Amino acid sequence: MAVETNNKLVKWIEYRLPVFSFYRHFLVEYPAPKNLSYWWNFGSLAGFMLVVQIVTGIVLAMHYSPSATLAFSSVQGIMRDVNYGWLLRYIHATGASMFFMVVYIHLFRGLYYGSYKRPREILWFMGVIILLLMMATAFFGYTLPWGQMSFWGATVITSLFSAIPVVGHAITSWLWGGYAIGAPTLNRFYALHYLLPFVIVAAVALHLWALHQHGSNNPLGIDVKGPQDTLPFHPYYTVKDLFGITIFLIFFCYWIFFDPGALLNPDNSIMANALNTPPHIEPEWYFLPFYAILRSVPNKLIGVMLLGLSVCVLFLLPWLDTSPVRSGKFRPIFKQFFWIFVIDCVILGYIGHLPPIGPAKFYGRIAAIYYFLFFFVILPFVGWFERPKPMPESISQAVLDKKAKRAGTEKA
Amino acid sequence: MERVMRKFLVAAVVLLTLGVVRPVPAAAAAFVQKSPPDLSWSFDGPFGTYNQAALQRGFQVYKEVCASCHSMDYLHYGDLSALGYSKAEIKAIASGYTVTAGPNKEGKMYKRPARPSDAFVAPFPNEEAAAATFNGVAPPDLSLMAAARDGGPNYIYAILTGFNQKPPKGMFVPTGRYYNPYFPGGRIAMPPPLTANRVHYADGTKATLDQEARDVATFLMWASHPHLDQRHQLGVKVMIFLFILAIVFFFAKRRAWKDVEH
Ligand code: HEC
Ligand code: HEM
Repeated sequence: MAVETNNKLVKWIEYRLPVFSFYRHFLVEYPAPKNLSYWWNFGSLAGFMLVVQIVTGIVLAMHYSPSATLAFSSVQGIMRDVNYGWLLRYIHATGASMFFMVVYIHLFRGLYYGSYKRPREILWFMGVIILLLMMATAFFGYTLPWGQMSFWGATVITSLFSAIPVVGHAITSWLWGGYAIGAPTLNRFYALHYLLPFVIVAAVALHLWALHQHGSNNPLGIDVKGPQDTLPFHPYYTVKDLFGITIFLIFFCYWIFFDPGALLNPDNSIMANALNTPPHIEPEWYFLPFYAILRSVPNKLIGVMLLGLSVCVLFLLPWLDTSPVRSGKFRPIFKQFFWIFVIDCVILGYIGHLPPIGPAKFYGRIAAIYYFLFFFVILPFVGWFERPKPMPESISQAVLDKKAKRAGTEKA
Repeated sequence: MERVMRKFLVAAVVLLTLGVVRPVPAAAAAFVQKSPPDLSWSFDGPFGTYNQAALQRGFQVYKEVCASCHSMDYLHYGDLSALGYSKAEIKAIASGYTVTAGPNKEGKMYKRPARPSDAFVAPFPNEEAAAATFNGVAPPDLSLMAAARDGGPNYIYAILTGFNQKPPKGMFVPTGRYYNPYFPGGRIAMPPPLTANRVHYADGTKATLDQEARDVATFLMWASHPHLDQRHQLGVKVMIFLFILAIVFFFAKRRAWKDVEH
């Protein structure tokens, strides 16, 4: 693993701080399973989006004023007068949506292939912590442009804490720094919005550290048996990730350049006004499934608790899923409940967008029940009853089998 | 077991979608808000750009009609160069307005003609004064109107051309309010601002109601999205670059993985 070089400077540094061997170990030689599918691209995409958000965010911060009187017009200044300010803001604002989309796919990938199972539990926990931090960051960020939806979204979400018995109202006024959302709230949300992404960077470092301890899971969900099952990260996965990022950028740039308005709420082009409540308050799409769960419960306190549980249940996954088999490929029953779960989340998102009346309310409840049923009943029980399909000996064996089969069909 | 599961899945999906798609029953009131028409605009689509003649006509409508009620706080007279006006023309436009500046060396505020670097002069000194004139509803600032409403320019066009229709039976429209089926609630505090020949276009275009509404909607779209042309042009270049890059990486990947069984 030592670095072979004659470069004096490299040797000098390497002897004192082994950055070069660290780099080789993590990004060049790191052995990755050779059968990773394109679903494994979403981890590097998430890392890419974090960098994009931090870089554009820091430049935006140079032009933004976090004061209740100036915030809205400073964002207009960015959009109109700062050179390429519109580009920065559209990258950052639609980037938040892209970041969530990528992370949600990454998460569902982990769910399907059992990536949270032994020995990757801590890796999974770090992922859930990153998700929670991202949610907080996006929530704080969304208040910054100080439009109507910024203001009223923040009002609705922070008011949830008032449901907590006894101390609820004390907590909300502590969060607000006053008796309502106002100038002090904007200031602290800005401070936190600047801070949290760097906490996410630290959490990502732990996430990767844990990843490199046991290596990536893979579509077969079986352990790597030896070098014949793996490939060095470079060049195989570096080039694959670069290809993936380019395809992703085409998608991302479509929104930035041709339809940025689709991901921004029109009400946020009206400056925050405490005296004028918009008729329809709704969070960004990436919070809608959770919002639907919240609203499907008539009791506010229980609604808030279920909202928290709906994300935190992910921490319990390694214990809720009782099956010893990782990959959904070999789990015929789990696989179907999994896809129902994916559809259920989409339906919850759609219902979160509708006014909570009539059939939307009824079906919202059914979808919310399935959401929890999936974690607390289906996962434990299916693990006990399901008979998994036979699994290949090893990754390289599976590759050979697949090739033999393909050759067979070609002859036939 | 698998068959049963699949049936369950299909049933669940059908049931859930049926329930969700079913429309929410409308409230008892007879008024139903109309959705704006889907017009075609020169700035639609990835290659869309603003038409400068339309922008100038739209600005004329704003200046001669809307500006007596609506402010546009985020625009400066100098921004009008994007509409194709020359420096001298912009100076002339600006000098038609008076701004309060100062304090001068004696500590006094004074009046002077507006300059290109000044923001558009608002018709009312403050929102309260504006509201007092219109039964308590101030005309909103128009700088971001095309971004602040669903439908953008289509909505603006619909509002401007949606007057003079008969309200549904039993709907009460008080004085100072006007029936407009595109406005939420149907009763808007804005008197119908446009009629045919409300302005006289210098370029000879016939000033029909439809034409005036389209032109001013185009102008307001530009006011909300002044960099749309630049955004579309850069976007097309970026897309071409990314497509080429994707092809390059695709073949690079194929080559790197050529000898690997996977
Ligand atoms: C006589 C004053 C007056 C004139 C002239 C006028 N408006 Fe208005 N406008 C108003 C008032 C008042 C409102 C607020 C209506 C309400 O909220 O009920 C309004 C509201 C609007 C709205 C917002 C509707 C909404 O969804 O809230 C638009 C768009 C608009 N005007 C465009 C125009 C345009 C374009 C012109 C010029 C062609 C114009 N107005 C001329 C007084 C005027
Ligand atoms: C995890 C990464 C991040 C996410 C998910 C995120 C998300 C968001 C969101 C959703 C908005 C509102 C955008 C809008 O509607 O206009 C926003 C605004 C903003 N963010 Fe971030 N952000 C991140 C990182 C950062 C960082 C690191 C900084 C600064 C160092 C930053 C600075 C800003 C500023 C100044 C604004 C206000 C300007 C604007 O609204 O466009 N962000 N952010």
